[in-house]
Amino acid sequence: MRSEPVVQVQALVKRYGTKTAVNGLDLVAQAGVTAVLGPNGAGKTSTIETCEGYRKPDGGTVRVLGLDPIREAAALRPRIGVMLQSGGVYSGARADEMLRHVAKLHAHPLDVDALIERLGLGSCGRTAYRRLSGGQQQRLALAMAVVGRPELVFLDEPTAGLDPQARRATWDLVRDLRTDGVSVILTTHYMDEAEQLADDVAIIDTGRVIAQGSPEELCRGGAENTLRFTGRPGLDVASLLKALPEDCTAAELTPGSYRVVGKVDPQLLATVTSWCAQHGVMPDRISVERHTLEDVFLELTGKELRS
Amino acid sequence: MTAISTYAPKPGAAPLFRMIGAQAALETKMLLRNGEQLLLTVVIPTLLLVLFSSVDVVDTGSGKSVDFLAPGILALAVMSTAFTGQAIATGFERRYGVLKRLAASPLPRWGLMAAKTVSVLVTEVLQVVLLTVIAFALGWSPQGNPLAVLLLLILGTAAFSGLGLLMAGTLKAEATLAAANLVFLLLLVGGGVVVPLDKFPSGAEDVLGLLPISALSEGLRDVLQHGAGMPWGNLGILAVWAVLGLAAAGKFFRWE
Repeated sequence: MRSEPVVQVQALVKRYGTKTAVNGLDLVAQAGVTAVLGPNGAGKTSTIETCEGYRKPDGGTVRVLGLDPIREAAALRPRIGVMLQSGGVYSGARADEMLRHVAKLHAHPLDVDALIERLGLGSCGRTAYRRLSGGQQQRLALAMAVVGRPELVFLDEPTAGLDPQARRATWDLVRDLRTDGVSVILTTHYMDEAEQLADDVAIIDTGRVIAQGSPEELCRGGAENTLRFTGRPGLDVASLLKALPEDCTAAELTPGSYRVVGKVDPQLLATVTSWCAQHGVMPDRISVERHTLEDVFLELTGKELRS
Repeated sequence: MTAISTYAPKPGAAPLFRMIGAQAALETKMLLRNGEQLLLTVVIPTLLLVLFSSVDVVDTGSGKSVDFLAPGILALAVMSTAFTGQAIATGFERRYGVLKRLAASPLPRWGLMAAKTVSVLVTEVLQVVLLTVIAFALGWSPQGNPLAVLLLLILGTAAFSGLGLLMAGTLKAEATLAAANLVFLLLLVGGGVVVPLDKFPSGAEDVLGLLPISALSEGLRDVLQHGAGMPWGNLGILAVWAVLGLAAAGKFFRWE
């Protein structure tokens, strides 16, 4: 599958007025599923929308399937599928009506009835788009992105606000697309979604890619592991640190929830439990785990809330 | 029902005429399904035609009042569809991301605009047929050259479409909704639709005569009521509005 990259972004700059949303971003996405992660305002949507031909770069170059998304839009558009973050449908149109319409704009569309069935949109009946539930609207937008049998699909937060069943249905569809050779670029806030679906993850912050690799590569990031436990809030972390080997760190992440990061071995576990015994702490839910993508993400992008 | 056997890529745009046809059909369906739009494009013109023809509310000069009113109501029908209806619908399509989503489809932007024009023309044909039948039932006896009427209707549509799209593509959807309805009302009163322009003071009459609605209603009246030849003056006014409106819409229209 490693042939020509499906998306090549080089030194992309995108400004809105005085605000720089994308600041010299480089991103290469190969065939397969690429997840783009980042805090709100990191530049995910700006980057995706530049790839889709909606925004003109203020600097750098963008190639999608080898084409310039603006100058070669006419050649590119039939080959890509787009799911916007929201909207995109006539408020008075029915789900099947809109999907049939998008199918008609393509030469070899999927079977609309089968796709409706697949995504559980059959129950929408004669309901107008504006009266569909948020989940139904999302699934319709997803169906519209794939109905034209594109080579590459852009999904901007495809499962935001979906219930667990609808989320699984979306994941299953993305997996089927991948199996059948359709490439997918998706943005998401859900780390498990990226871990489950993506061959490749790019983490974006303040308009640049700050890490990229397979979920495994990103999680391996260093040989360090994590030990977590819960106890009563406000334990003396400094005293715990003193008991630990020098290269370890310890922190109270949220009140009562502690994390020790370092080379986790039986000796370390014993050190932590004996420190707890000395301090009269029952280390509830003590666990040893590899890094999750969420840890990597929070480490790279910080924990403060973004506006 | 058969399940989907493969999602394997097989991309391609449908033939252009089929895309534009499908788009025009959908746009027309959306318009005919929308109650507010039908009120504007069908109910109001029909009511005004029937009411003012049968009840002597305004002094429409000598002759049958339907002969004065029918051309004005036809002009109003064109304005309601090409300007008010199109502005409001397009404004909300822009607001709800419909235009944005379609811009990523194989349908080119000019194709979308062509489809909108076809949809407007189809609606106008339906309006003209309906209003003509009603006018005949009310005793209308039209004169003049059908070609001149057709030319007026087409230039009027172009002028109002340009202005409607300019509004839809630059203002917020709610502002477009309010402004388009207000303009509709003002031009209904001051554009020679049901109130003869010579009821206004002469200075005002001269200015009002330059409005696209006045050019259209007076032009249609010259031909259909008075049997005039080509109403070049009014056609010229409409052509200027069409060029200015469409050029400004082309320059300032924002798709999101």
